Amino acid sequence: MKSPFRPKTPPDSAILDNHAGQIRLLERRGLIRGGLSLGALAMLTGCDVTSDISVDKGLRLMSAWNDRVQAALFDPNHLAPTYPASMILKPPKFNAYYDITKVKPVDVTDWKLELSGLIANKTPWTLERLMSLPSSEMVIKHICVEGWDYIGGWSGPTLRSFLERVGADLHAKYVAFKTADDYPSSIDMATALHPQTLLATQYAGQTLADPFGFPVRLRMSTKLGYKNPKWITAIEVTNQYPGGYWENLGEGWFAGI
Amino acid sequence: MTKGNAKRLHPLPVRVMHWTNAVAMIVMIMSGWGIYDDYVIIHGLHFSSSLRLGSWAAPSLLWHFAGMWVLALNGLAYIVYGIVSGRLRERLLPIHFDALVQTVRETLHFKISHDDLTVYNAVQKLLYIIVILAGVSQVVTGLLVWKPVQFSSAVALLGGFQAVRVDHFIGMCVIVGFLIVHVALSLLVPQTLWAMLSGGPRLRARVDSP
Repeated sequence: MKSPFRPKTPPDSAILDNHAGQIRLLERRGLIRGGLSLGALAMLTGCDVTSDISVDKGLRLMSAWNDRVQAALFDPNHLAPTYPASMILKPPKFNAYYDITKVKPVDVTDWKLELSGLIANKTPWTLERLMSLPSSEMVIKHICVEGWDYIGGWSGPTLRSFLERVGADLHAKYVAFKTADDYPSSIDMATALHPQTLLATQYAGQTLADPFGFPVRLRMSTKLGYKNPKWITAIEVTNQYPGGYWENLGEGWFAGI
Repeated sequence: MTKGNAKRLHPLPVRVMHWTNAVAMIVMIMSGWGIYDDYVIIHGLHFSSSLRLGSWAAPSLLWHFAGMWVLALNGLAYIVYGIVSGRLRERLLPIHFDALVQTVRETLHFKISHDDLTVYNAVQKLLYIIVILAGVSQVVTGLLVWKPVQFSSAVALLGGFQAVRVDHFIGMCVIVGFLIVHVALSLLVPQTLWAMLSGGPRLRARVDSP
C-alpha cells in the first residue's frame, strides 16, 4: 500500500538531495520528542514506585481514610438482598490462605469460646450453650475480594444478641476474633450489631462441616469474604485496633460491601 | 479582543486537569489489571506482571482505592469547568452525521488533516464524548462494585454484581481503546501534544468577526 505520508507526485530528486541533511535532522528531532513522551509513560509503570516505603505508607494512610468513608457509607439498617433456599450452593465454596486438605478439624470436646476485653461476663461458652440461643437464618451472597461470589444459607445466633447477652460494651470500637487456624480478624461495632451478622453454626440447615468453620464461624452480609473468620475460639471487645491476618498483609480493614 | 490576551486552545486549568487525569487513568487501569487477575472475566486473558501496578492484588487494590479519589474529583472538576466555561459545548458540539461520515471516509483514505488544531473533526468530537461518558460510567460502576450491598437496588437494576463487574471491565476496554488511538495520533501529530503542554494556539475571538 502507498504510504499516506508520501505526496502524490514525488518532488524533484535534486531538491531531496539538497535537503537530505536537514530531513535527517528533522527525523532525529521527532524521535527524541517521541522518546521523551514514551519515557514519561514508562516512568508511570510503577515497578520502582511500589517498592518505595513512603509510597506504601501513603497508600496505607489512604486506606485508613477509606475505612472512615466506608464506615460513613455503611447503613446499619440496610439489609443485603436475600435469596430463596433453592439457590444455596452445596457445599459452599472453600477459600483460605491454605488448601482444603490442610484443614484441621476442631475437637468440640475441649472447645470453648473464650471472651475478653470490654465484656461484663467473661465466662467461656460451651457449644451447647451457644446452640441454645435463638437462631436466625439468612440466604445471602458471599462476595470475595477476588471478584467471585456464591449464594450461601447460614444460621445461628446474631452476634448482636450474643454481645448483649454477655454484657459487651456496645459503644466500643472493635470486635476481634481469634480462630483455631491462626486467622485473626476484627470488625467495627456497627457491623457487629447488624441484623445480618451471625455467629453461624449451620449451613443450609445442617451442622457446619469441618472445612467451613465447625463449630462456629462469623458470617456477615455486609463485608467481603475474608472478613469472616472460621473455627472461632475467642471474641474480644476492644477500643484498640486489632488488625487481622490479611489486613496486616495489606488488604483493607473495613472491607464493607 | 487583542491577540495578547485571547484565550488559548487549552487554558491552564484544562492542561492541569488533562495531565492529572492521564496519571490517574494509568494508575486506575494498571492497578485494575492487578485486581482483575485473581478472577478473570475473559477466560485466558491475563495481564503480565509488568503491566500491573502493585506486586499482588492487595497493593493493587490500595492503588485503585487511592487513585479513585484523584480520578473522580479531577473528573468532576473537569466536567463542572467544561459546563460553566462553555468549553464542552464549544469544543464537542454540534456533531453532524454527514460530517462524521465524511471524516471517517477521509481517515480511511489516510487524509488526516490537523492544519487547524482549534477545530475538532466530527470523529474527534465523538471519541471525546464517548471517553468522557466512559469515565463517568467507570466511577458509577466502580462505586457499585465496591459497595454492592449498600447500593443493592442499583446493582439489581444493572443485572447483579457480576454484570456490574463486567460493565466496569468493558468501561476499561473502551478507555484503553481510546488511549491507544489518542496517544498514537498525538505522537503522529506532535504539535497537538505540545499544545496540551504549552496551551496551544490562541483562539480567534469570535466577537472580531462581523
